[in-house]
Amino acid sequence: MSGIALAAAAAAGAVLLAAGFALGRFAARRGGRAADPDLGTPVERATFHTLHTASLAAPPLRAGLTEETARRAAGTLRSLLGTEALCLTDRGAVLAWDGPGEDHHRAHVPEQAAETLETGRSRSAHTGCADPACPLRWAVIAPLTGEDGVLGALVAYGSRESAVLVRAATEVARWASVQLELAELDRSRTRIVEAEIRALRAQISPHFIFNSLAAIASFVRTDPERARELLLEFADFTRYSFRRHGEFAQLADELRSIEQYLALAGARFGDRLKVRLQIAPEVLPVTLPFLCLQPLVENAVKHGLQDRERGCRVTIAARDAGAEAVVTVEDDGIGMDPELLRAVLRGEHPAGSGIGLSNVDERLRQVYGTEYGLVVETGVGAGMKVTVRVPKYRPGVHRSPP
Amino acid sequence: MNQTYAVAAVTAVVLATVLIGALGLRISRTTSDFYVASRTVGPGLNAAAISGEYLSAASFLGIAGLVLVQGPAMLWYPVGYTAGYLVLLVLVAAPLRRSGAYTLSDFAEARLESPQARRIASLFVVGIGWLYLLPQLQGAGLTLEILTGAPDWVGGLLVALVVTGTVAAGGMRSITFVQAFQYWLKLTALLVPVLFLLAAWYGDGAPRARFDAPAVLRGHTVVEVADTVRIGLDEPLTLTVTGSVDSVPYERGTVTLAPGTHHVLAGTTLAFAPGAELPERVAGGTEPPPDSGRGDPRLDPLGWSQPLAGGRDGHQLYATYGLILATFLGTMGLPHVAVRFYTSPHGRAARRTTLVVLGLVGAFYLLPPLYGALGRIYAPELALTGSADAAVLVLPDRILGGLLGDLLGALLAGGAFAAFLSTASGLTMSVAGVLTQDVLPSRGVRHFRLATLLATAVPLAVGVVASKVPVADAVGLAFAVSASSFCPLLVLGIWWRRLTPPGAMAGLLLGGGSALVAVMATRAGLAPEGWPHTLMAWPAVWSVPLGFLTMVLVSLATPRRVPPGTAALLARLHLPEEFTGLPGESTLAEGNTGAVPAPAQEVRR
Repeated sequence: MSGIALAAAAAAGAVLLAAGFALGRFAARRGGRAADPDLGTPVERATFHTLHTASLAAPPLRAGLTEETARRAAGTLRSLLGTEALCLTDRGAVLAWDGPGEDHHRAHVPEQAAETLETGRSRSAHTGCADPACPLRWAVIAPLTGEDGVLGALVAYGSRESAVLVRAATEVARWASVQLELAELDRSRTRIVEAEIRALRAQISPHFIFNSLAAIASFVRTDPERARELLLEFADFTRYSFRRHGEFAQLADELRSIEQYLALAGARFGDRLKVRLQIAPEVLPVTLPFLCLQPLVENAVKHGLQDRERGCRVTIAARDAGAEAVVTVEDDGIGMDPELLRAVLRGEHPAGSGIGLSNVDERLRQVYGTEYGLVVETGVGAGMKVTVRVPKYRPGVHRSPP
Repeated sequence: MNQTYAVAAVTAVVLATVLIGALGLRISRTTSDFYVASRTVGPGLNAAAISGEYLSAASFLGIAGLVLVQGPAMLWYPVGYTAGYLVLLVLVAAPLRRSGAYTLSDFAEARLESPQARRIASLFVVGIGWLYLLPQLQGAGLTLEILTGAPDWVGGLLVALVVTGTVAAGGMRSITFVQAFQYWLKLTALLVPVLFLLAAWYGDGAPRARFDAPAVLRGHTVVEVADTVRIGLDEPLTLTVTGSVDSVPYERGTVTLAPGTHHVLAGTTLAFAPGAELPERVAGGTEPPPDSGRGDPRLDPLGWSQPLAGGRDGHQLYATYGLILATFLGTMGLPHVAVRFYTSPHGRAARRTTLVVLGLVGAFYLLPPLYGALGRIYAPELALTGSADAAVLVLPDRILGGLLGDLLGALLAGGAFAAFLSTASGLTMSVAGVLTQDVLPSRGVRHFRLATLLATAVPLAVGVVASKVPVADAVGLAFAVSASSFCPLLVLGIWWRRLTPPGAMAGLLLGGGSALVAVMATRAGLAPEGWPHTLMAWPAVWSVPLGFLTMVLVSLATPRRVPPGTAALLARLHLPEEFTGLPGESTLAEGNTGAVPAPAQEVRR
């Protein structure tokens, strides 16, 4: 039974400890709030309080003007203004109401706000409420503006007409407008990033298309069966590369597209191009940015074949490394001056060098973070080896169907 | 048993594992004849790999040992180990794959969109991994001890070294092939000897195994009792004793023990005459021990799983339900099983893989009970020595003897080491991966090596101090923790859209945490005798409902914390991959181009 007693004592101790901790935290918080007379004069304290309340309303508004954010901001805005009731609208409908009188006033808000939404100027109006007990006699309607004009209105209700309320409501509405503008800024920044990613999506070079078609044409008479096969490869390859949707693809699909690319390149270069693939089947389901290997292979083929005399060997390997997959693309071609390569990866494109490497590098960093950039080993005349590490799972990275 | 053969077999298995792992049977082709994309790991290969990784020392040695000692009630173990995959198949396999998660922590993060939940899940992955590694290393120690007489920590150290070395060096590159190879090796290693043993048994007149009465010794038998035990007699028994019985020292003295309970101190040698009835072991407990210090289950490895087999009302039923719940629901949360589903190319393949696993694992589990039954007939005295787990290894020598017995024994030893290596390397990979990603401060290759070291060093160290329990039971503990933590997370995460991060975290901590504490306390020998011990040794019956209930209630109490992406994620989990395109994508384009692949396929064929 000593074991039970021991366990019970331990449990009781843990509970006591937790209770004491919570009590201490609570007392500390209460004490901190109530005491401390030298937190400033009453005016200063009121200012602090106002600033604090305003800062509480900022995060929801920074997410834009929607029903959800309006609901979360309305309460804080009302305590900021100290009015009976407060309502937030967009250009068409009431988004949120905080305070009493929602039942019979809410329906009139759009007509009252119409003028302000039109002109963008604050105004104060009588509510014309029929209920003598209702405290909402006057309404101050202030516009909420964004970059492209009026987004909505803030309606503050008081029991009497007051210039102070008009002034306060207008200032609060202006402050809220600034937050909404910032929200728009955030959104456009996200859009820019998305557009950037879309622009970064590698394009297959037009030269490759001409060359492939020319190579296929050369087979049409001599080996029609081969020509047909190559045309189908070509169709598959272009279909995959030109697909519009999805930022991500499975390594298996990427590799298939690379196979087709190599088949077409092989038709053009014949025996001079030798390819070896070493793929661990475990990593084939890994999801990675769409067309992020193809430019590397294209690069390797180009580099490898620049020396006209001898052939080129390209090795593509993918192996399993715990929670990551490691893909390497290697060629035994002319290599590259590391300084030049550094310039390319920095985004300075000296004449003639492809955009492929830096594009892939940038996309990988954008998706997985800076530690997942390309690793390139090269030297003049020493070939080139590009290593890509891809984590098997990353939140937000999931493949789109092929 | 001939040591040379056994050592050679073990060495061969270790070498084969390291070589296949390092060199691998990777796809290595030139462009002319390959078609990589269609060469994803098929359900058959993946299922063999999962089974290879899953069938651990507990399955290879433990089940036979338990059946030998406690009879057919122990068949719930293989049933549970197999049926876990049925639950996995029905509820989890395909959605887990479609979630894109590699580890269980990834799943927690993907579903709950909360890094905190991820961290808590990681802690449980590590905890379960260590609990599961512990019996693997102990089992290896026992095997090597029986084979070569080495001290019992050598085998564990050997397995730990081999696994740490290969994993840290990045050697487990083609782990799928290694594990699939290990499955077939294990199956062969059990199947071939059992055929010979059954033939010998049939030639012997097919004696029946008796589980309801004391086993009868077939020859003059000398038993050295390794751990202090308590034996029960129904009839007077005459035997020769060297050591101490009932606190009376003997030196080759012939004693007749009266019916009742007797206390045999560790190190005592008992010699039985042919035809004697083997005394049954009795769990310590209700009556006070003859000398002080008894009642500590650490001294009696059997006292521990006694409830499942034995006597006291209620305990047996309760323990059986505990075992069933733990194994049925715990399989899905084993870290090394979960990561293997990532290898399937899509959800449907994951489901098919699980189905094949059910077949493979089920076929395998037909064999260990045979060893248990044969052991009951030919080597019942193992029950007294506290190393019943060794039944599988000693049977060929005992029944067949000679060169054939030696060779078959070597085959079994090799198979047993394959079991330790495969499970231990799978677990080490998972635990080390999670340690690098979520526990150690920064990522990198160096940290992965450090994590590998940590992943094996901790269970190795704990193995020295922890109480010795039968391997199958020890693995059952890991199952119980997994069933109370990850089963609620996976099932509710996949099938309930109102799960929130606070709910999931509370459920993990309360359900899994309490199971973990109970299990740790049991392993440390802190649990008191009687019902508290039974409750703590088989926590699944109360901890699984506790985990589910906490998750549901806390989630319902925090409805605002439902992750915003829940609907989209659940759609992705439950719809086949080809339907989860982006909304608004034109189906016309799909339709137009859809016609192209058909002739392309035809050409390639």
